[in-house]
Amino acid sequence: MSSQNLTQQDSSQIVSDEMIAIAKKQRVQDFFFHRVTQAFSLLVLVALMGIIISLFINAWPTFERFGFHFLWHVEWDIINEDFGAAIAIVGTVASASIALLIAVPLAFGVAVFLTETCPVWLRRPLGTAIELLAAVPSIIYGMFGLFVFAPLFADHLQVPLQNVLGGMPVVGFLFGGATNGMGILAAGIVLAFMVLPFVAAVMRDVFEITPPILRESAYGLGCTTWEVVRKVVLPYTQKGVIGGIMLGLGRALGETMAVTFVIGNANRMPTSLFSPGTSIASVLANEFGEAEALHFSTLFALGFLLFVITFVVLAMAKVMILRAEKAKGN
Amino acid sequence: MEMNKQLYMKRRITSLVGLAFSMTAMAAGLAVLLWILYVLFSNGLSALDANLLTSDTPAPGTDGGGLRNAIVGSLMIVGLTVLVSTPVGILAGIYLTEYGDESKTAELTRFVTDIMLSAPSIVLGLFVYAIAVATVGNFSGYAGSLALSLIAVPVVMRTTENMLRLVPGSLREAAFALGAPRWKVSTFITLRAAKSGVMTGLLLAVARISGETAPLLFTALNNQFFSTNMGAPMANLPVVIFQFAMSPYDNWVRLAWAGALLITLTVLVLNILARVFFREKVSS
Repeated sequence: MSSQNLTQQDSSQIVSDEMIAIAKKQRVQDFFFHRVTQAFSLLVLVALMGIIISLFINAWPTFERFGFHFLWHVEWDIINEDFGAAIAIVGTVASASIALLIAVPLAFGVAVFLTETCPVWLRRPLGTAIELLAAVPSIIYGMFGLFVFAPLFADHLQVPLQNVLGGMPVVGFLFGGATNGMGILAAGIVLAFMVLPFVAAVMRDVFEITPPILRESAYGLGCTTWEVVRKVVLPYTQKGVIGGIMLGLGRALGETMAVTFVIGNANRMPTSLFSPGTSIASVLANEFGEAEALHFSTLFALGFLLFVITFVVLAMAKVMILRAEKAKGN
Repeated sequence: MEMNKQLYMKRRITSLVGLAFSMTAMAAGLAVLLWILYVLFSNGLSALDANLLTSDTPAPGTDGGGLRNAIVGSLMIVGLTVLVSTPVGILAGIYLTEYGDESKTAELTRFVTDIMLSAPSIVLGLFVYAIAVATVGNFSGYAGSLALSLIAVPVVMRTTENMLRLVPGSLREAAFALGAPRWKVSTFITLRAAKSGVMTGLLLAVARISGETAPLLFTALNNQFFSTNMGAPMANLPVVIFQFAMSPYDNWVRLAWAGALLITLTVLVLNILARVFFREKVSS
């Protein structure tokens, strides 16, 4: 009894003023550490707000002058200062949609191969190779598209397509125009290979979280590999797959360099898949240097639109992927 | 019985066709990667010579020339970006791991960071133009670095967070039990344990920004002459490639290919290094 009291007394003596001072000091340090790290992480939110506000302020003269009409006005007349976003929006959406139409099936194939059929020792190197495809800078895709892909595309795809499909009713007009290798379709194809690795990486990751027991039970019932993928893995990972596709869409919409080199940069409404067009990002890259007055604020208006559109698409993608990951937890 | 056999065959054939398609897709992806590398090497190697490093970008219509000013400019811009975004990204990443589960703001920050990772880089350039070029009155290397930081910080932040989360909780608890304050645990225990993972994030960030062209177009612009003044327009590889590739001069196009080869090799090597770092961490 007495010895216990003694230790208690000792310890209360050990917790001296000095220790309390240290504890207090550490508390203050911790407080500052908390606030400093918090401030740095809040920088991201500040940047986001800054982007939206500064773009909007600079774009205001254009919005004020054209109103909502700006969105579907088909005109880009720098001399008479008459601007509409429709041409650039159509070019952006068309090239991104073509890119997804090509990239999504391919990405699905790549993800299936990497998770189902690929021998285990090859998974890592092949997965890395696909990730390296994502790492290649977009300007390289642009150069590749301009110097290598466009000439081949003109001779070996555009001419035959135009000969075979150009005369057909209903769809024939899609394949009209000059076959010089540039245009909406060419930009879409180059973009497809740029976004393929992003979509494939998300699909592979969500395919991998399918519980093995689901897969094994399906195989146990006698399903073929393809049936397991289509009827078990794909429904289970649906949200993540859609998220991956939207991530790809976000990338494709905002891509500058790969598109600018091959889309043809013509401020006209595209009339066929082969006709040159322009995208929001490539208008910015090409014209910002020489823009003045209303033209200048119109480019900011386009940038603002692009940012808002991609932000919404990417936010939806993120929500989908988060939900898919939560499902894994259950 | 006969029916069943038919059905079975049909299902097997569907499966085989599907798998064949998936293999073709994989082959197509690999083929594009190899094709791009082949094109880069066959066009870029011939322009790789000593001149590339010793002379500056040529004026229109003059022969020869190199990329010295662009290489130095790129190194300086990327270097400053790394110096700025490393501490910012790591501290912000620490916040998201250590305090991030308790607050809604942190959740929002994480969400926004993920979106900023894929935000259109040209718009970031536009934003930096509005705040750091239009207000100052001239294009500058600093503005270029600022634009690139907007891309690099989210990358560093998210990889740091993911890597810190891999550190076992027992390590953290052991340090707390010894009476260590939170800031010491975060910096000297968890961050140190996750060092190679954080390095991976840094390497990936450098790889990501060294090829970015769009944010530099309206910020660092370009400079035909050698300059180490970051307060003025600065030459940099991506913008030089963009200008030269679209030009009518043969030697400009040749230099663009050489620059493209340099950038791609740098980016791929950094990516592979990052993976080696991370693998070492996982195996140890």
